[in-house]
Amino acid sequence: MYILAIFPTGITDRVSASPTLEVRIWRGTDTGAFAAYEVPAAESQTVLDVVTWVQRHREPALAYRFACRVGVCGSCAMTVNGRARWTCRSHVKDVARDGRLVIEPLRHLPRIKDLVCDLTPFFDKWRRAGGWFEGEATRREPMPALAPGAEARQTVDAGIECINCAVCYSACDVVGWRPDYLGPAALNRAWTLVNDARHVRTREVLDATATSDGCTVCHTHGNCTEHCPVGISPTAAIAGLKRKVFRRWLRGGHA
Amino acid sequence: MSESTLFALQRLSAKLLAPLVVAHLALILYAVHGGLTAAEILGRTQGSATWGAFYGLFVVAVAVHAPIGVRNVVREWTRWRGRSLDLASAGLAILLLALGLRAVVAVVG
Repeated sequence: MYILAIFPTGITDRVSASPTLEVRIWRGTDTGAFAAYEVPAAESQTVLDVVTWVQRHREPALAYRFACRVGVCGSCAMTVNGRARWTCRSHVKDVARDGRLVIEPLRHLPRIKDLVCDLTPFFDKWRRAGGWFEGEATRREPMPALAPGAEARQTVDAGIECINCAVCYSACDVVGWRPDYLGPAALNRAWTLVNDARHVRTREVLDATATSDGCTVCHTHGNCTEHCPVGISPTAAIAGLKRKVFRRWLRGGHA
Repeated sequence: MSESTLFALQRLSAKLLAPLVVAHLALILYAVHGGLTAAEILGRTQGSATWGAFYGLFVVAVAVHAPIGVRNVVREWTRWRGRSLDLASAGLAILLLALGLRAVVAVVG
């Protein structure tokens, strides 16, 4: 691609080609098509930068979702060259193949428009897995003392930083095969609650994850762990839930 | 039967099957390597309570383990669910048990 540069003398001339990216972005819902765009390449550029450039310069109606742009909010996940990723911290130079990007919405979730998915099923499963904290202390009581080095607390800490980006959910084969399966994020959340000394509904959470759509369905493929952008291992969390369910059954307390 | 019971039974039967399969494979290698004929093998197994218990346990573990796994696979790859699938899985368990025990009787009887 050639661009025209205007020199201070007023002389115009052709300058050397600027590198560009070939970007294909999904437009539509379940039915739709890819649209192709040529996007200027930059030295430091994320996939989210590319999508934003397309919306601002080529396709004002392009729908996509983002908020923080620094890997905290978990709202910008998309499928990039076939792999679910957080786009705000995925650098083009790491993910483009021969200068090409194919950007689609996440898998296993209903599509609303273009790159935006409906995350309702994802968060509904969080609740179905019993994923909300419930303590018994009130504000008038002192804060409970938690030993940071305690084994259970370290197990909680290993999974607590989930940003709910749904990348693991999108990468999970079992969610694709069994749409009712609770999925890695919800089960990881349940595991953090099961190990939280302050949580009062541990038994209910274990019951909720031992159903026909719960932890026992997992094949331990490890896609969730492989794809998690913040380095959490839902695979380990689900294995922990399976152990708990199994031991409880051995003790005669099965759900 | 609850899902956690099926899950636990599959785990238990897997724990049982792991050493049994290894012993079975080692036995096959030994028999083939030593050039034993079918008649020689039967001569050692017939009337043996030990081999009867070994393969009897093997068959029971398979009859528990396999139908639970097949039921899971069917639920993942098809839309078949519910009581009919549960009954079919139970039927598979009975079939495996009957065929397996018949073979055990033939080997040790």
